[in-house]
Amino acid sequence: MSKHPGNGHNRPPGGRPAGGPPGFGPPGMMPGAKPKNFKATLGRLLTYLKPFRLRLVIVFITAILSTLFSIISPRVLGHATDVLLAGWQDKFNNVAGAAIDFKGIAFILAILALLYVVSSLFALLQQYLMAKVAQKVVFQMREDVNNKLGRLPLKFFDARSNGDVLSRIVNDVDNVANTLQQSLTQMITSVVTLVGIIIMMLMISPLLTLILVLTLPLSFIVIGAIAKQSQRHFKSQQDQLGKLNGHVEEMFTGHTIVKAFGREKQSIEHFEQMNDKLYDSSWKAQFISGIMMPLMGFIGNIGYVLICVVGGIQMINQVITVGDIQAFLQYARQFTQPIMQTANIANIIQSTIASAERVFELMDEEEEVEVDNPSATSQLKNPQGNVSFNHVKFGYSEDKLLMQDMNLHVNSGQTIAIVGPTGAGKTTLVNLLMRFYNLQGGQITIDGVPIDQLQRSYVRSLFGMVLQDTWLFNGTIRDNIAYGRANATEQEIVAAAKAAHADHFIRTLPEGYDTVLNEEASNISSGQKQLLTIARAILADPPMLILDEATSSVDTRTEVQIQQAMNNLMHGRTSFVIAHRLSTIKDADLILVMNQGSVIEQGTHDELLAAGGFYADLYQSQFANGGSGEVELE
Amino acid sequence: MLQLMRYLKPYGLTIIFIIALILLQSLADLYLPTLMSDIVNNGIVQQNTGYIWKMGGFMLAVSVFGTIFSVLASLYASKVSSAFGKVVRQRVFSKVESFSIQEFDKLGTASLITRTTNDINQVQQVILMILRMMVMAPLMCIGGIIMALYKDAQLSLVLLVVIPILIITILLISRVAMPYFKIMQKKLDRINLVLREGLTGIRVIRAFNRTAYEAERFTDANKDLMNTAVKVNQIMAFMMPLMMLLMNLCVIAIVWFGSFRIDMGEMMIGDLMAFIQYAMQIMFSLLMMSMMFVMIPRAQASAVRINEVLNTEPTVVDIATAQSNDSDKANLHSYQPSSAVEQQSRAALRGEVILSFDNVSYTYPGAEKPAVDKLSFQCRSGEVTAIIGGTGSGKSTIIQLIERFFDCNEGEISFKDIELKDWELHALRNNIALVPQKTTIFSGTVADNIRYGKEDATDVEIKQAATVAQALPFIERMEQGFDTVLAQGGTNISGGQKQRLSIARALVRKPDLYLFDDSFSALDYKTDSALRAALKTYIGDAAMIVVAQRVSTVMNAEQIIVLDEGVIVGKGTHEQLLQSCDVYREIVQSQLSEEESA
Repeated sequence: MSKHPGNGHNRPPGGRPAGGPPGFGPPGMMPGAKPKNFKATLGRLLTYLKPFRLRLVIVFITAILSTLFSIISPRVLGHATDVLLAGWQDKFNNVAGAAIDFKGIAFILAILALLYVVSSLFALLQQYLMAKVAQKVVFQMREDVNNKLGRLPLKFFDARSNGDVLSRIVNDVDNVANTLQQSLTQMITSVVTLVGIIIMMLMISPLLTLILVLTLPLSFIVIGAIAKQSQRHFKSQQDQLGKLNGHVEEMFTGHTIVKAFGREKQSIEHFEQMNDKLYDSSWKAQFISGIMMPLMGFIGNIGYVLICVVGGIQMINQVITVGDIQAFLQYARQFTQPIMQTANIANIIQSTIASAERVFELMDEEEEVEVDNPSATSQLKNPQGNVSFNHVKFGYSEDKLLMQDMNLHVNSGQTIAIVGPTGAGKTTLVNLLMRFYNLQGGQITIDGVPIDQLQRSYVRSLFGMVLQDTWLFNGTIRDNIAYGRANATEQEIVAAAKAAHADHFIRTLPEGYDTVLNEEASNISSGQKQLLTIARAILADPPMLILDEATSSVDTRTEVQIQQAMNNLMHGRTSFVIAHRLSTIKDADLILVMNQGSVIEQGTHDELLAAGGFYADLYQSQFANGGSGEVELE
Repeated sequence: MLQLMRYLKPYGLTIIFIIALILLQSLADLYLPTLMSDIVNNGIVQQNTGYIWKMGGFMLAVSVFGTIFSVLASLYASKVSSAFGKVVRQRVFSKVESFSIQEFDKLGTASLITRTTNDINQVQQVILMILRMMVMAPLMCIGGIIMALYKDAQLSLVLLVVIPILIITILLISRVAMPYFKIMQKKLDRINLVLREGLTGIRVIRAFNRTAYEAERFTDANKDLMNTAVKVNQIMAFMMPLMMLLMNLCVIAIVWFGSFRIDMGEMMIGDLMAFIQYAMQIMFSLLMMSMMFVMIPRAQASAVRINEVLNTEPTVVDIATAQSNDSDKANLHSYQPSSAVEQQSRAALRGEVILSFDNVSYTYPGAEKPAVDKLSFQCRSGEVTAIIGGTGSGKSTIIQLIERFFDCNEGEISFKDIELKDWELHALRNNIALVPQKTTIFSGTVADNIRYGKEDATDVEIKQAATVAQALPFIERMEQGFDTVLAQGGTNISGGQKQRLSIARALVRKPDLYLFDDSFSALDYKTDSALRAALKTYIGDAAMIVVAQRVSTVMNAEQIIVLDEGVIVGKGTHEQLLQSCDVYREIVQSQLSEEESA
């Protein structure tokens, strides 16, 4: 699971600094992920841009205008130089009445200033407008993905790591945002600049342009060769770094064991080996990517020198003017940047589309189908909590059924204890009862109505759930309890907390019910967390319950409180209890013994003992060991 | 940051060499416009084709040298920065490995991981930037100014006006934008948090039908983020166009005032062209430097975190390192425990005290009350000592004190009649095997994981340990058996399987003292009882300390110690404690129904 979503990219939020200094991995140097279906994904991405068509057109127009104006300016500046030189030369040659035409120069410079201002204004406008477009698009994408998550079945989440989902919503969407903000317009300006410059240069001197263009293949060769090399080394650097980070993570999280078994030395030695390898690939990667700039600069300089020389000679031959050369030199200087950028664009587009594709993949996941038969009973009149399983057939995958033919009848108010070793499939039962998963066959009914004819949300509202794995969110204690029922009053919340034996400890907290639970909810103990989840369930007041009995991480006194709170909660409700204590199991109206995903025995304590099966075996073996306590099954 | 720079010391000469190379490269770069102005002034104006060719060749030569310098600088800069990263990483890792649990608790495991990985990368990156760019930018800037002054001092007054404006603009924009960057990070964290909560709590959310509510929460966070992001990007939209405008207006000013200078005959046309290029160079280097100011604070934060690790001294000092000069004393105990004599005398030791706590107190740093207070008890070879009590009663603290993960504040703990502090850490821990509460599985094969307990364990020993730990059945069920590769954290096996491997790892060590810290919790009942039966014969005369929350686990121990809020409130066998100890009775009653406890 990625611990730092959002940190995967080290760019400032403004996006990639255009032409910025090469860092650890300059864009385009890293091998990017390739999208599987480029066209379709691009098309879909474009639909997101559709509502902003008008704005985008304006953005493109301003981008083009801004570029055009900035392309013209060197030429204009060249004219100023020509006027200057003409006057100076006349003066130098003692032409009578010769003077520098300051008026003319002032006029040209004024035009130039105007061009610059207009160009900058357009550039500003373009970025300013794009900011809103880009952010609104990614806002919409995030919303869509998140809403989609709400409609996906649990199957999806169980099969995927949270880190992966998070990374798609955060990092991939962010990648798209950056491209929209920076690269999209950059693509346009780069192309316009390139074409514009070539036209301007051709207008000045086709010969000089030819010379400059002749240096182009050289640049491409250099870029290609370096990019290939550096990709290799960057990849190896990334691999080494990944291995090293893995080792660090493993050793640090297992620090107690490393210490207890005295393995610090081996750990350090192992680290050193990896570190050496990392150093090797790291400096090579940095070096090779680092020489890109000087080499490109050198090629640029070759062009520069050639233009100076050839231009100088042409000037002597009166083919072109000094101003032309000056302008041409400026164009030549601007020439390499758009080339590098265009070379990069392919990479950027590819990685953006790949990111968008990962996001869309998520959006294309199959959704939970609501009621198969929506016209059927949508609500029960007065839910009692009679639950039946009729010939239930279920497995997480079609070919591996866990339950072949499960039958179960529970009457309102009964307590059902579920026992069995770890991984016996106790949560499977929860998944089925709450319609988190669909059956492969058979029926589960509540008060006689098959649950697949009820709204999912309605089925779930019939159950209260208190799991060992408490889930509380970053908010006040009040909000966390009130989660059980929207619009609960203050009195109801306090009453629920009292019934859950939580009121007392809440009041001892400095902020009482307003205490904000921190991210990990580590400011209250795990036992207290459990009490809060019980209060939440009490407030929800459902006719049926799913409970997970106390854990080993709770101290005995809190455990007593939890037990009492649970007893309060279970009173008068049909309760499915994942049981660990013998007393609960013995008192249960029905015991379900589970193993390897299926219910292998069911009956009361006495019945099961008499049957002499798996349960009896479990029960006996605990007495063989000294006769005590609870069945430690978890 | 500066403190970390000391690790660059060994590369002092190389760095000077790099700076010299960059200086030469900058000079070459700065020389080119002057050569060009010579071409214009002497070649073009005086129509001297030969001169133009000559100077052109000269420029090319200068350019070649510049490139060579630059490539060399890049080579050494890459090497130095990578070496720096390597050295710092090495130091930090070794340091962390020397930490006791106390330092881990203080700094946090996740934080230590980021410090060792990301933070160091961040600093390494900036060092590279500094070596490549940071050195170059000021050189180019100063060089540009000198050349500009040399070309025409009076015209340089234009720069005197423009440069401060440029700097002020940069400062102003970053002043306005910086706070937003911070806010933006917070909002990003917020949206991450909401998302993560939504994912981890998905069952609860669905169970309570609060999907819509969660979606609303997300939308709020999302909107918030969008608004800030729009603002940040809109502010940043001003940055580049404004900079470009300033530079271009500067050029206009230079041409305008330059033409007067030319009119007065103070300047040649080629000089003006060169001057413009110098002005550009100066301003670009200023922009470059401003980028550094964004990079450095980020690295600074990382550097502070790294230094914090390097400056933390482990609280537990190993006698082996503390008295490395006084080697006699250290050797005295270090070989004794594992010696053959010790092995033979073990049988004789049966029933004798192997570990004793004498008035031991320990207070966690910053805690008001001691975690354990004036504990005195003894453990004997061949016996099981059980420790029971609620959360926070100090059970695990005792285990950690025995392992010497931290030192007690008061009192004395001795192992085999030698005070813990006088044991060489390695030797002490060689005599103890721990099964911690939280199982740790390393990436590697099953056999590797068990062998972790004893490096030179034979296959037979490993199999034996696995058998006793009840791990053999499931290991044999796996396709590759003992050679099955486990993922990091053992994510491809179940909790109970991990715990059994963790137990096997301790067993293969065959130490004189076993510590089980609530270690049977993930085992199902049958496995648990089978394991306990097998343990008894396997362990033989070694002593065993078992920490537990449940009466069933402890009731057969030779000695049960009942802890309540760090104090021993009862000591004895199950029967004795039922008679004498209220707290124990309370625990028993809360866990067992009456008929069972009788």
